[in-house]
Amino acid sequence: MDITFEQVGFCYQKNSPFETRALQHVDVAIDSGSYTAIIGHTGSGKSTLLQHLNALLLPTEGTVTLGDRVIKAGEKQKGLRELRKRVGIVFQFPEAQLFEETVEKDICFGPLNFGVPEEEAKARARKVIVEVGLTEEILMRSPFELSGGQMRRVAIAGVLAMDPQVLVLDEPTAGLDPNGRKEIMEMFAALHRTKGLTTVLVTHSMEDAATYAEKVVLMKGGTVEQVSTPRELFSNPDKLTDLGLSVPDVVHFQRHFEQRFAVKFGKTCLTIDELVGEMVPHLGKGVASE
Amino acid sequence: MIDKLIFGRFMPGESLIHRLDARTKLIAGFYFIGILFLANNWQSYVLLTLFTFLVIALTGISYRFFIKGVKPLIWLILFTVLLQALFTSGGTIFFSWGPFAISSFGLINGVYVFVRFVLIIFMSTVITLTTTPMDLTDAIAYILRPFKILKMPVQDIALMISVALRFIPTLMEETDKIMKAQRARGVDFGEGNLFEQMKVVVPIFIPLFVSSFNRAEDLADAMEARGYQGDKKRTRFRILHWHWCDLVAACVLVALTTALVTLRIS
Repeated sequence: MDITFEQVGFCYQKNSPFETRALQHVDVAIDSGSYTAIIGHTGSGKSTLLQHLNALLLPTEGTVTLGDRVIKAGEKQKGLRELRKRVGIVFQFPEAQLFEETVEKDICFGPLNFGVPEEEAKARARKVIVEVGLTEEILMRSPFELSGGQMRRVAIAGVLAMDPQVLVLDEPTAGLDPNGRKEIMEMFAALHRTKGLTTVLVTHSMEDAATYAEKVVLMKGGTVEQVSTPRELFSNPDKLTDLGLSVPDVVHFQRHFEQRFAVKFGKTCLTIDELVGEMVPHLGKGVASE
Repeated sequence: MIDKLIFGRFMPGESLIHRLDARTKLIAGFYFIGILFLANNWQSYVLLTLFTFLVIALTGISYRFFIKGVKPLIWLILFTVLLQALFTSGGTIFFSWGPFAISSFGLINGVYVFVRFVLIIFMSTVITLTTTPMDLTDAIAYILRPFKILKMPVQDIALMISVALRFIPTLMEETDKIMKAQRARGVDFGEGNLFEQMKVVVPIFIPLFVSSFNRAEDLADAMEARGYQGDKKRTRFRILHWHWCDLVAACVLVALTTALVTLRIS
Protein backbone atom coordinates (compact mmCIF):
# COMPACT_ATOMS: atom_id res chain seq x y z
CA MET A 1 0.00 0.00 0.00
CA ASP A 2 1.61 3.23 -1.16
CA ILE A 3 1.29 6.16 1.18
CA THR A 4 1.68 9.74 0.01
CA PHE A 5 1.54 13.00 1.94
CA GLU A 6 1.10 16.16 -0.11
CA GLN A 7 1.45 19.52 1.60
CA VAL A 8 -0.10 18.11 4.73
CA GLY A 9 -0.64 20.36 7.72
CA PHE A 10 -2.26 19.67 11.04
CA CYS A 11 -3.45 21.92 13.86
CA TYR A 12 -4.56 20.61 17.22
CA GLN A 13 -7.75 22.23 18.54
CA LYS A 14 -8.20 24.28 15.41
CA ASN A 15 -10.17 27.51 15.75
CA SER A 16 -9.92 27.53 19.52
CA PRO A 17 -7.80 29.70 21.77
CA PHE A 18 -5.57 26.69 22.43
CA GLU A 19 -4.76 26.11 18.75
CA THR A 20 -1.32 24.58 18.23
CA ARG A 21 0.31 23.70 14.96
CA ALA A 22 1.91 20.27 14.80
CA LEU A 23 2.58 19.71 11.10
CA GLN A 24 3.07 21.95 8.09
CA HIS A 25 3.94 21.40 4.44
CA VAL A 26 4.70 17.73 4.90
CA ASP A 27 5.56 15.95 1.65
CA VAL A 28 6.52 12.31 2.02
CA ALA A 29 6.03 9.20 -0.06
CA ILE A 30 6.24 5.76 1.51
CA ASP A 31 6.44 2.96 -1.05
CA SER A 32 4.64 -0.29 -0.71
CA GLY A 33 6.77 -2.88 1.01
CA SER A 34 9.42 -0.42 2.20
CA TYR A 35 10.87 0.00 5.67
CA THR A 36 10.83 3.66 6.68
CA ALA A 37 12.12 5.15 9.89
CA ILE A 38 10.89 8.52 11.15
CA ILE A 39 13.32 10.29 13.45
CA GLY A 40 13.40 13.73 15.01
CA HIS A 41 13.59 15.55 18.28
CA THR A 42 10.80 15.31 20.86
CA GLY A 43 7.93 17.48 19.68
CA SER A 44 8.97 17.47 16.03
CA GLY A 45 5.61 16.02 14.96
CA LYS A 46 6.57 12.36 14.55
CA SER A 47 3.65 10.94 16.49
CA THR A 48 1.20 13.35 14.87
CA LEU A 49 2.39 12.26 11.45
CA LEU A 50 2.03 8.64 12.48
CA GLN A 51 -1.60 9.06 13.48
CA HIS A 52 -2.39 10.27 9.97
CA LEU A 53 -1.35 6.89 8.61
CA ASN A 54 -4.62 5.27 9.63
CA ALA A 55 -6.76 8.37 9.80
CA LEU A 56 -6.91 8.64 13.58
CA LEU A 57 -6.14 12.26 12.85
CA LEU A 58 -7.39 13.88 9.67
CA PRO A 59 -5.24 16.54 8.00
CA THR A 60 -6.36 20.12 8.40
CA GLU A 61 -4.48 21.03 5.21
CA GLY A 62 -3.32 19.06 2.20
CA THR A 63 -3.96 15.52 1.08
CA VAL A 64 -3.03 12.11 2.45
CA THR A 65 -3.30 9.18 0.05
CA LEU A 66 -3.42 5.76 1.67
CA GLY A 67 -3.51 3.09 -1.02
CA ASP A 68 -6.62 3.85 -3.06
CA ARG A 69 -8.09 6.04 -0.36
CA VAL A 70 -7.63 9.80 -0.73
CA ILE A 71 -8.13 11.91 2.38
CA LYS A 72 -8.40 15.61 1.62
CA ALA A 73 -8.43 18.23 4.32
CA GLY A 74 -11.87 19.42 5.31
CA GLU A 75 -13.78 16.52 3.76
CA LYS A 76 -16.08 14.37 5.84
CA GLN A 77 -14.73 10.84 6.08
CA LYS A 78 -16.75 7.67 6.29
CA GLY A 79 -15.83 4.01 6.41
CA LEU A 80 -12.45 4.56 8.01
CA ARG A 81 -12.72 1.14 9.60
CA GLU A 82 -11.80 -0.48 6.27
CA LEU A 83 -8.64 1.63 6.28
CA ARG A 84 -7.76 0.85 9.89
CA LYS A 85 -7.99 -2.84 9.13
CA ARG A 86 -5.16 -2.46 6.65
CA VAL A 87 -2.96 -0.24 8.79
CA GLY A 88 -1.99 -1.64 12.17
CA ILE A 89 -0.50 0.77 14.69
CA VAL A 90 1.55 -0.33 17.66
CA PHE A 91 1.43 2.67 19.97
CA GLN A 92 4.01 3.62 22.56
CA PHE A 93 3.65 1.38 25.62
CA PRO A 94 0.95 -0.70 23.90
CA GLU A 95 0.50 -2.87 26.99
CA ALA A 96 -1.82 -0.12 28.27
CA GLN A 97 -4.48 -1.19 25.76
CA LEU A 98 -5.01 -4.72 27.14
CA PHE A 99 -8.39 -5.26 28.78
CA GLU A 100 -9.86 -8.71 28.18
CA GLU A 101 -10.02 -11.62 30.63
CA THR A 102 -7.68 -13.81 28.64
CA VAL A 103 -4.81 -13.12 26.29
CA GLU A 104 -6.62 -15.02 23.55
CA LYS A 105 -9.73 -12.83 23.80
CA ASP A 106 -7.59 -9.71 23.71
CA ILE A 107 -5.73 -10.80 20.60
CA CYS A 108 -9.03 -11.74 18.92
CA PHE A 109 -10.56 -8.34 19.78
CA GLY A 110 -9.14 -6.54 16.73
CA PRO A 111 -9.94 -9.23 14.15
CA LEU A 112 -13.47 -9.69 15.54
CA ASN A 113 -14.09 -5.94 15.27
CA PHE A 114 -13.12 -6.14 11.63
CA GLY A 115 -15.56 -8.95 10.97
CA VAL A 116 -13.25 -11.96 11.04
CA PRO A 117 -15.16 -15.13 12.08
CA GLU A 118 -14.40 -16.37 15.59
CA GLU A 119 -12.73 -19.63 14.57
CA GLU A 120 -10.45 -17.80 12.17
CA ALA A 121 -9.64 -15.19 14.81
CA LYS A 122 -8.66 -17.89 17.30
CA ALA A 123 -6.49 -19.60 14.71
CA ARG A 124 -4.78 -16.27 14.08
CA ALA A 125 -4.24 -15.79 17.81
CA ARG A 126 -2.46 -19.15 18.04
CA LYS A 127 -0.28 -18.19 15.09
CA VAL A 128 0.71 -14.67 16.15
CA ILE A 129 1.42 -15.59 19.76
CA VAL A 130 4.24 -17.80 18.49
CA GLU A 131 5.40 -15.11 16.08
CA VAL A 132 5.89 -12.66 18.93
CA GLY A 133 7.95 -15.22 20.81
CA LEU A 134 5.49 -16.52 23.40
CA THR A 135 3.96 -19.94 23.83
CA GLU A 136 0.38 -21.05 23.27
CA GLU A 137 -0.16 -21.79 26.97
CA ILE A 138 -0.18 -18.07 27.66
CA LEU A 139 -3.36 -17.65 25.61
CA MET A 140 -5.57 -18.81 28.48
CA ARG A 141 -4.00 -16.56 31.11
CA SER A 142 -5.09 -13.10 32.14
CA PRO A 143 -3.05 -10.34 30.49
CA PHE A 144 -2.71 -8.60 33.85
CA GLU A 145 -0.70 -11.37 35.47
CA LEU A 146 2.03 -11.25 32.82
CA SER A 147 5.33 -9.43 33.05
CA GLY A 148 5.78 -6.06 31.36
CA GLY A 149 7.70 -7.53 28.45
CA GLN A 150 5.15 -10.29 27.91
CA MET A 151 2.30 -7.77 28.01
CA ARG A 152 4.06 -5.76 25.35
CA ARG A 153 4.32 -8.83 23.15
CA VAL A 154 0.66 -9.71 23.65
CA ALA A 155 -0.33 -6.16 22.68
CA ILE A 156 1.81 -6.38 19.56
CA ALA A 157 0.25 -9.76 18.77
CA GLY A 158 -3.17 -8.11 19.02
CA VAL A 159 -2.19 -5.71 16.26
CA LEU A 160 -0.53 -8.38 14.11
CA ALA A 161 -3.64 -10.57 14.36
CA MET A 162 -5.50 -7.95 12.35
CA ASP A 163 -3.26 -9.01 9.48
CA PRO A 164 -2.43 -5.46 8.39
CA GLN A 165 -0.63 -4.55 5.18
CA VAL A 166 1.05 -1.60 6.80
CA LEU A 167 2.61 -1.87 10.23
CA VAL A 168 3.25 1.38 12.06
CA LEU A 169 5.46 1.23 15.14
CA ASP A 170 5.74 4.07 17.61
CA GLU A 171 8.88 3.35 19.62
CA PRO A 172 7.98 -0.31 20.10
CA THR A 173 10.99 -1.05 22.30
CA ALA A 174 10.83 1.90 24.70
CA GLY A 175 11.43 0.71 28.26
CA LEU A 176 12.49 -2.83 27.36
CA ASP A 177 15.77 -4.49 28.32
CA PRO A 178 18.49 -4.80 25.63
CA ASN A 179 17.65 -8.42 24.86
CA GLY A 180 13.93 -7.77 24.55
CA ARG A 181 14.66 -4.78 22.35
CA LYS A 182 16.76 -6.75 19.95
CA GLU A 183 14.31 -9.67 19.83
CA ILE A 184 11.36 -7.43 19.08
CA MET A 185 13.19 -5.42 16.44
CA GLU A 186 14.39 -8.63 14.78
CA MET A 187 10.84 -9.95 14.86
CA PHE A 188 9.55 -6.87 13.05
CA ALA A 189 12.36 -7.12 10.50
CA ALA A 190 11.50 -10.79 9.87
CA LEU A 191 7.79 -9.97 9.48
CA HIS A 192 8.72 -7.20 7.10
CA ARG A 193 10.70 -9.60 4.95
CA THR A 194 8.42 -12.63 5.01
CA LYS A 195 5.05 -10.92 4.77
CA GLY A 196 6.14 -8.03 2.58
CA LEU A 197 4.73 -5.55 5.10
CA THR A 198 5.12 -1.84 4.63
CA THR A 199 6.78 -0.86 7.88
CA VAL A 200 6.97 2.61 9.39
CA LEU A 201 9.05 2.95 12.53
CA VAL A 202 9.11 6.02 14.74
CA THR A 203 12.17 5.83 16.91
CA HIS A 204 14.71 7.68 18.99
CA SER A 205 17.23 4.92 18.52
CA MET A 206 19.62 5.81 15.73
CA GLU A 207 20.95 2.25 15.89
CA ASP A 208 17.56 0.86 14.92
CA ALA A 209 17.13 3.41 12.15
CA ALA A 210 20.58 2.54 10.77
CA THR A 211 20.18 -1.22 11.05
CA TYR A 212 16.68 -1.79 9.77
CA ALA A 213 15.40 1.16 7.72
CA GLU A 214 15.75 1.57 3.98
CA LYS A 215 14.70 5.19 4.15
CA VAL A 216 14.89 7.71 6.97
CA VAL A 217 12.57 10.70 7.32
CA LEU A 218 14.12 13.39 9.48
CA MET A 219 11.60 15.73 11.06
CA LYS A 220 12.08 19.13 12.62
CA GLY A 221 9.50 21.54 14.02
CA GLY A 222 6.55 19.91 12.27
CA THR A 223 8.11 19.69 8.82
CA VAL A 224 10.13 17.11 6.97
CA GLU A 225 13.72 18.26 7.01
CA GLN A 226 15.24 15.53 4.91
CA VAL A 227 14.40 12.17 3.36
CA SER A 228 17.36 9.94 2.63
CA THR A 229 18.87 6.51 3.03
CA PRO A 230 20.44 5.87 6.42
CA ARG A 231 23.89 5.89 4.85
CA GLU A 232 23.39 9.34 3.33
CA LEU A 233 21.95 10.63 6.57
CA PHE A 234 24.71 9.39 8.82
CA SER A 235 27.45 10.38 6.38
CA ASN A 236 26.56 13.98 7.19
CA PRO A 237 26.24 13.91 10.93
CA ASP A 238 26.50 17.71 11.37
CA LYS A 239 22.85 18.16 10.51
CA LEU A 240 21.89 15.61 13.15
CA THR A 241 24.04 17.15 15.83
CA ASP A 242 22.56 20.57 15.00
CA LEU A 243 19.14 19.13 15.72
CA GLY A 244 20.32 17.63 18.98
CA LEU A 245 20.27 14.08 17.63
CA SER A 246 23.10 11.61 17.75
CA VAL A 247 24.63 9.17 15.28
CA PRO A 248 24.85 5.41 15.85
CA ASP A 249 27.82 4.24 17.94
CA VAL A 250 29.26 2.49 14.90
CA VAL A 251 29.34 5.72 12.90
CA HIS A 252 30.74 7.57 15.90
CA PHE A 253 33.51 5.04 16.26
CA GLN A 254 34.30 5.15 12.55
CA ARG A 255 34.69 8.94 12.58
CA HIS A 256 37.08 8.84 15.51
CA PHE A 257 39.01 5.97 14.02
CA GLU A 258 39.38 7.80 10.70
CA GLN A 259 40.56 10.95 12.46
CA ARG A 260 43.03 9.18 14.73
CA PHE A 261 44.64 7.08 12.01
CA ALA A 262 44.21 9.60 9.17
CA VAL A 263 42.45 7.11 6.96
CA LYS A 264 39.20 7.24 5.05
CA PHE A 265 36.86 4.28 4.70
CA GLY A 266 35.05 3.64 1.44
CA LYS A 267 31.63 4.18 2.97
CA THR A 268 29.86 5.12 6.17
CA CYS A 269 29.37 1.86 8.02
CA LEU A 270 25.99 1.21 9.62
CA THR A 271 26.58 -2.14 11.26
CA ILE A 272 29.44 -3.70 13.17
CA ASP A 273 29.97 -6.24 10.39
CA GLU A 274 30.41 -3.51 7.81
CA LEU A 275 32.75 -1.68 10.13
CA VAL A 276 34.90 -4.75 10.70
CA GLY A 277 35.05 -5.33 6.95
CA GLU A 278 36.33 -1.78 6.37
CA MET A 279 38.77 -1.85 9.26
CA VAL A 280 40.55 -5.11 8.51
CA PRO A 281 42.72 -3.79 5.62
CA HIS A 282 43.94 -0.95 7.88
CA LEU A 283 44.99 -3.18 10.74
CA GLY A 284 48.27 -4.98 11.27
CA LYS A 285 48.94 -8.13 9.29
CA GLY A 286 48.62 -10.40 12.31
CA VAL A 287 45.02 -9.39 12.95
CA ALA A 288 44.03 -9.34 9.31
CA SER A 289 45.14 -12.90 8.68
CA GLU A 290 43.09 -14.24 11.55
CA MET B 1 -14.37 16.48 23.59
CA ILE B 2 -11.84 17.49 26.21
CA ASP B 3 -10.73 20.45 24.12
CA LYS B 4 -14.12 22.11 24.39
CA LEU B 5 -14.13 22.27 28.16
CA ILE B 6 -13.03 25.74 29.24
CA PHE B 7 -14.34 25.49 32.77
CA GLY B 8 -11.58 24.33 35.10
CA ARG B 9 -8.70 25.47 32.96
CA PHE B 10 -6.01 27.88 34.02
CA MET B 11 -4.87 30.77 31.82
CA PRO B 12 -1.58 32.23 32.95
CA GLY B 13 -1.60 35.99 33.28
CA GLU B 14 -0.43 38.98 35.26
CA SER B 15 -3.68 40.83 35.85
CA LEU B 16 -4.94 42.24 39.11
CA ILE B 17 -7.34 39.32 39.47
CA HIS B 18 -4.52 36.84 38.84
CA ARG B 19 -2.51 38.36 41.65
CA LEU B 20 -5.30 38.14 44.20
CA ASP B 21 -4.84 35.56 46.89
CA ALA B 22 -6.54 32.27 46.03
CA ARG B 23 -8.38 32.27 49.36
CA THR B 24 -9.80 35.70 48.60
CA LYS B 25 -10.95 34.59 45.21
CA LEU B 26 -12.56 31.43 46.51
CA ILE B 27 -14.37 33.11 49.39
CA ALA B 28 -15.33 36.07 47.22
CA GLY B 29 -16.69 33.70 44.60
CA PHE B 30 -18.98 31.95 47.06
CA TYR B 31 -19.90 35.27 48.62
CA PHE B 32 -20.84 36.66 45.21
CA ILE B 33 -23.11 33.69 44.53
CA GLY B 34 -24.70 34.32 47.92
CA ILE B 35 -25.40 38.00 47.37
CA LEU B 36 -26.69 37.24 43.89
CA PHE B 37 -29.88 36.07 45.58
CA LEU B 38 -30.29 39.44 47.33
CA ALA B 39 -31.08 40.98 43.99
CA ASN B 40 -34.81 41.24 43.30
CA ASN B 41 -35.26 44.13 40.86
CA TRP B 42 -33.84 45.14 37.54
CA GLN B 43 -31.55 47.83 38.98
CA SER B 44 -29.78 45.32 41.18
CA TYR B 45 -29.37 42.87 38.33
CA VAL B 46 -27.89 45.59 36.14
CA LEU B 47 -25.50 46.48 38.95
CA LEU B 48 -24.39 42.86 39.37
CA THR B 49 -23.98 42.36 35.63
CA LEU B 50 -21.87 45.50 35.37
CA PHE B 51 -19.78 44.33 38.30
CA THR B 52 -19.22 40.91 36.69
CA PHE B 53 -18.18 42.44 33.39
CA LEU B 54 -15.82 44.76 35.21
CA VAL B 55 -14.18 41.76 36.87
CA ILE B 56 -13.94 39.94 33.54
CA ALA B 57 -12.36 43.01 31.95
CA LEU B 58 -9.87 43.15 34.82
CA THR B 59 -8.71 39.59 34.18
CA GLY B 60 -7.50 40.61 30.71
CA ILE B 61 -8.83 37.36 29.26
CA SER B 62 -10.87 37.42 26.08
CA TYR B 63 -14.69 37.30 26.43
CA ARG B 64 -14.70 34.34 24.08
CA PHE B 65 -13.51 32.07 26.89
CA PHE B 66 -16.36 33.02 29.15
CA ILE B 67 -18.97 32.58 26.44
CA LYS B 68 -17.46 29.16 25.77
CA GLY B 69 -17.79 28.30 29.44
CA VAL B 70 -21.53 28.93 29.27
CA LYS B 71 -22.05 26.97 26.04
CA PRO B 72 -22.09 23.43 27.48
CA LEU B 73 -24.73 24.47 30.02
CA ILE B 74 -26.90 26.50 27.68
CA TRP B 75 -29.61 23.81 27.35
CA LEU B 76 -29.96 23.44 31.10
CA ILE B 77 -30.25 27.21 31.42
CA LEU B 78 -32.80 27.53 28.65
CA PHE B 79 -34.84 24.67 30.11
CA THR B 80 -35.00 26.33 33.51
CA VAL B 81 -35.80 29.69 31.96
CA LEU B 82 -38.59 28.12 29.94
CA LEU B 83 -40.08 26.47 33.03
CA GLN B 84 -40.00 29.76 34.88
CA ALA B 85 -41.54 31.66 32.00
CA LEU B 86 -44.32 29.14 31.43
CA PHE B 87 -45.39 28.38 34.98
CA THR B 88 -45.12 31.71 36.76
CA SER B 89 -48.44 33.47 36.80
CA GLY B 90 -49.32 37.03 37.65
CA GLY B 91 -49.17 40.40 36.00
CA THR B 92 -50.39 40.86 32.47
CA ILE B 93 -51.15 37.57 30.76
CA PHE B 94 -50.14 37.61 27.11
CA PHE B 95 -51.01 34.07 26.20
CA SER B 96 -52.42 31.06 27.98
CA TRP B 97 -53.10 27.43 27.09
CA GLY B 98 -54.18 25.00 29.78
CA PRO B 99 -51.75 25.15 32.68
CA PHE B 100 -49.21 27.09 30.61
CA ALA B 101 -49.27 30.83 30.55
CA ILE B 102 -46.87 33.47 29.38
CA SER B 103 -47.23 36.40 31.68
CA SER B 104 -45.20 39.52 32.31
CA PHE B 105 -44.12 38.16 35.71
CA GLY B 106 -43.08 34.90 34.11
CA LEU B 107 -40.99 36.64 31.47
CA ILE B 108 -39.25 38.84 34.02
CA ASN B 109 -38.59 35.82 36.22
CA GLY B 110 -37.16 33.96 33.25
CA VAL B 111 -34.78 36.79 32.47
CA TYR B 112 -33.70 36.95 36.14
CA VAL B 113 -32.99 33.22 36.23
CA PHE B 114 -31.02 33.49 33.00
CA VAL B 115 -28.90 36.37 34.29
CA ARG B 116 -28.32 34.54 37.59
CA PHE B 117 -27.11 31.40 35.84
CA VAL B 118 -24.81 33.25 33.48
CA LEU B 119 -23.31 35.42 36.22
CA ILE B 120 -22.62 32.39 38.43
CA ILE B 121 -20.90 30.60 35.56
CA PHE B 122 -18.94 33.71 34.58
CA MET B 123 -17.72 34.26 38.13
CA SER B 124 -16.70 30.66 38.69
CA THR B 125 -14.92 30.72 35.33
CA VAL B 126 -13.07 33.84 36.45
CA ILE B 127 -11.84 31.95 39.51
CA THR B 128 -10.71 28.82 37.68
CA LEU B 129 -9.16 30.70 34.76
CA THR B 130 -7.07 32.96 36.98
CA THR B 131 -6.01 30.56 39.74
CA THR B 132 -3.66 27.62 39.40
CA PRO B 133 -5.14 24.34 40.65
CA MET B 134 -2.34 24.21 43.22
CA ASP B 135 -3.29 27.56 44.69
CA LEU B 136 -6.91 26.54 44.69
CA THR B 137 -6.11 23.40 46.69
CA ASP B 138 -4.11 25.40 49.18
CA ALA B 139 -7.00 27.77 49.53
CA ILE B 140 -9.46 24.92 50.12
CA ALA B 141 -7.13 23.42 52.71
CA TYR B 142 -6.92 26.77 54.47
CA ILE B 143 -10.65 27.32 54.48
CA LEU B 144 -11.26 23.80 55.80
CA ARG B 145 -8.83 24.30 58.68
CA PRO B 146 -11.41 25.25 61.33
CA PHE B 147 -13.14 21.89 60.76
CA LYS B 148 -10.17 20.17 62.37
CA ILE B 149 -11.92 20.72 65.68
CA LEU B 150 -14.69 18.43 64.43
CA LYS B 151 -12.08 15.69 63.85
CA MET B 152 -12.19 16.19 60.11
CA PRO B 153 -8.95 14.92 58.47
CA VAL B 154 -8.27 18.22 56.74
CA GLN B 155 -4.69 17.42 55.75
CA ASP B 156 -5.68 14.15 54.11
CA ILE B 157 -8.55 15.76 52.26
CA ALA B 158 -6.26 18.50 50.99
CA LEU B 159 -3.72 15.91 49.88
CA MET B 160 -6.36 13.91 48.04
CA ILE B 161 -7.66 17.00 46.30
CA SER B 162 -4.21 18.05 45.18
CA VAL B 163 -3.33 14.55 43.95
CA ALA B 164 -6.66 14.32 42.13
CA LEU B 165 -6.17 17.71 40.49
CA ARG B 166 -2.64 16.84 39.51
CA PHE B 167 -3.75 13.65 37.77
CA ILE B 168 -6.74 14.99 35.86
CA PRO B 169 -4.68 16.01 32.81
CA THR B 170 -2.61 12.83 33.01
CA LEU B 171 -5.72 10.67 33.07
CA MET B 172 -7.26 12.66 30.23
CA GLU B 173 -4.15 12.05 28.16
CA GLU B 174 -4.22 8.39 29.07
CA THR B 175 -7.89 8.12 28.09
CA ASP B 176 -7.16 9.76 24.78
CA LYS B 177 -4.28 7.39 24.14
CA ILE B 178 -6.26 4.27 24.98
CA MET B 179 -9.20 5.44 22.86
CA LYS B 180 -6.89 5.92 19.92
CA ALA B 181 -5.29 2.52 20.39
CA GLN B 182 -8.70 0.83 20.52
CA ARG B 183 -9.92 2.78 17.52
CA ALA B 184 -6.91 1.51 15.63
CA ARG B 185 -8.10 -1.97 16.60
CA GLY B 186 -11.49 -1.37 15.03
CA VAL B 187 -13.64 0.13 17.78
CA ASP B 188 -16.04 2.84 16.64
CA PHE B 189 -16.99 5.28 19.36
CA GLY B 190 -20.31 7.08 19.24
CA GLU B 191 -21.85 4.73 16.68
CA GLY B 192 -24.58 2.14 16.92
CA ASN B 193 -27.43 1.82 19.43
CA LEU B 194 -27.22 2.48 23.15
CA PHE B 195 -26.23 -1.09 24.02
CA GLU B 196 -23.43 -1.12 21.45
CA GLN B 197 -22.17 2.22 22.69
CA MET B 198 -22.13 0.96 26.28
CA LYS B 199 -20.13 -2.07 25.19
CA VAL B 200 -17.32 -0.06 23.62
CA VAL B 201 -16.76 1.71 26.92
CA VAL B 202 -15.32 -1.49 28.42
CA PRO B 203 -12.09 -1.46 26.36
CA ILE B 204 -11.42 2.06 27.65
CA PHE B 205 -12.48 1.77 31.28
CA ILE B 206 -10.70 -1.44 32.19
CA PRO B 207 -7.26 -0.29 30.97
CA LEU B 208 -7.91 3.08 32.60
CA PHE B 209 -8.75 1.52 35.97
CA VAL B 210 -5.81 -0.84 35.77
CA SER B 211 -3.41 1.98 35.01
CA SER B 212 -4.91 4.06 37.82
CA PHE B 213 -4.31 1.23 40.29
CA ASN B 214 -0.74 0.89 39.09
CA ARG B 215 -0.23 4.62 39.24
CA ALA B 216 -1.64 4.82 42.76
CA GLU B 217 0.66 2.05 43.90
CA ASP B 218 3.73 3.69 42.36
CA LEU B 219 2.80 7.07 43.79
CA ALA B 220 2.23 5.67 47.28
CA ASP B 221 5.59 3.87 47.15
CA ALA B 222 7.37 6.99 45.94
CA MET B 223 5.75 9.09 48.67
CA GLU B 224 6.70 6.66 51.40
CA ALA B 225 10.24 6.43 50.06
CA ARG B 226 10.43 10.21 50.43
CA GLY B 227 9.38 10.07 54.05
CA TYR B 228 5.68 10.81 53.86
CA GLN B 229 3.76 9.76 56.95
CA GLY B 230 0.12 10.70 56.99
CA ASP B 231 -0.42 11.42 60.67
CA LYS B 232 2.79 13.37 61.31
CA LYS B 233 2.82 17.11 61.47
CA ARG B 234 4.34 18.65 58.38
CA THR B 235 5.65 22.06 57.42
CA ARG B 236 4.50 23.72 54.23
CA PHE B 237 6.56 24.86 51.29
CA ARG B 238 3.91 26.94 49.57
CA ILE B 239 2.52 29.69 51.74
CA LEU B 240 -0.26 31.98 50.62
CA HIS B 241 0.06 35.69 51.37
CA TRP B 242 -2.56 38.36 51.70
CA HIS B 243 -1.72 41.65 49.96
CA TRP B 244 -3.30 45.04 49.83
CA CYS B 245 -5.29 44.13 46.72
CA ASP B 246 -7.12 41.46 48.70
CA LEU B 247 -8.20 44.15 51.14
CA VAL B 248 -9.42 46.25 48.21
CA ALA B 249 -11.37 43.27 46.88
CA ALA B 250 -13.00 42.78 50.28
CA CYS B 251 -13.95 46.49 50.44
CA VAL B 252 -15.43 46.34 46.94
CA LEU B 253 -17.56 43.37 47.97
CA VAL B 254 -18.77 45.18 51.08
CA ALA B 255 -19.68 48.20 48.96
CA LEU B 256 -21.49 45.97 46.50
CA THR B 257 -23.46 44.31 49.28
CA THR B 258 -24.46 47.66 50.72
CA ALA B 259 -25.64 48.85 47.32
CA LEU B 260 -27.65 45.67 46.83
CA VAL B 261 -29.30 45.90 50.20
CA THR B 262 -30.17 49.54 49.57
CA LEU B 263 -31.69 48.67 46.20
CA ARG B 264 -33.66 45.84 47.76
CA ILE B 265 -35.17 47.98 50.48
CA SER B 266 -35.92 51.02 48.35
